[in-house]
Amino acid sequence: MIDVLYFAWLRERIGLPKERIETSAETVADLVAELAAREERYALAFSDISALRVAVDQELTEFDAPLAGAREVAFFPPMTGG
Amino acid sequence: MEIRVQQEPFAAGGELDAFTARADGAGAVVSFSGIVRDDSGKMAEMVIEHYPGMTERALETIAQEAMERWSLADALVIHRFGTMQPGEQIMMVATASRHRKDAFEAAEFLMDYLKSRAPFWKKEHGSDGTSWVAAKQEDEDALKRW
Repeated sequence: MIDVLYFAWLRERIGLPKERIETSAETVADLVAELAAREERYALAFSDISALRVAVDQELTEFDAPLAGAREVAFFPPMTGG
Repeated sequence: MEIRVQQEPFAAGGELDAFTARADGAGAVVSFSGIVRDDSGKMAEMVIEHYPGMTERALETIAQEAMERWSLADALVIHRFGTMQPGEQIMMVATASRHRKDAFEAAEFLMDYLKSRAPFWKKEHGSDGTSWVAAKQEDEDALKRW
């Protein structure tokens, strides 16, 4: 089981902030493909991953990062702090 | 080094005085405050969302790197989340060092990094609806100089 979190407009498009899912995805990209195949709102939200960032266990990473042992994956648009 | 992520407002002047008092022996203190800006003239409020847990870790990592790269006596980062009105303080950074160059450079580094690498997202609420603030390419480019 893995916790998947969504922030900002991605959270709004998908319609929830967090969900716990059962997945056998080996990489972040595999997980994205799995999510996008679920429902239209996921497909739309993940239609352009160049507009998204990902963190695995609260560390920024790339979409080809492995998910082995990961407990939490978060997807979000580029950050706007400061 | 002190990192604070909080919803409630803070008084930058008081924070700076306390920081300066703690930075014993430093000859230079630099501070920066970020303020909610209403470019359109239609903004009623700004809502800042963040990623609890990762936010604190990211800010710690960025501040730790600043402490290692420059000769700093101390560093402070305060960043708010939640709802705020134009003119309110969003965040501040302060750095203390023996000489001013380290404090200035480290403060700029902290600002550049927390703009694009700390998980905050700003949404503007105005009389004509709501919109997420888009990240700017120039903010991403600013990281390259470090």
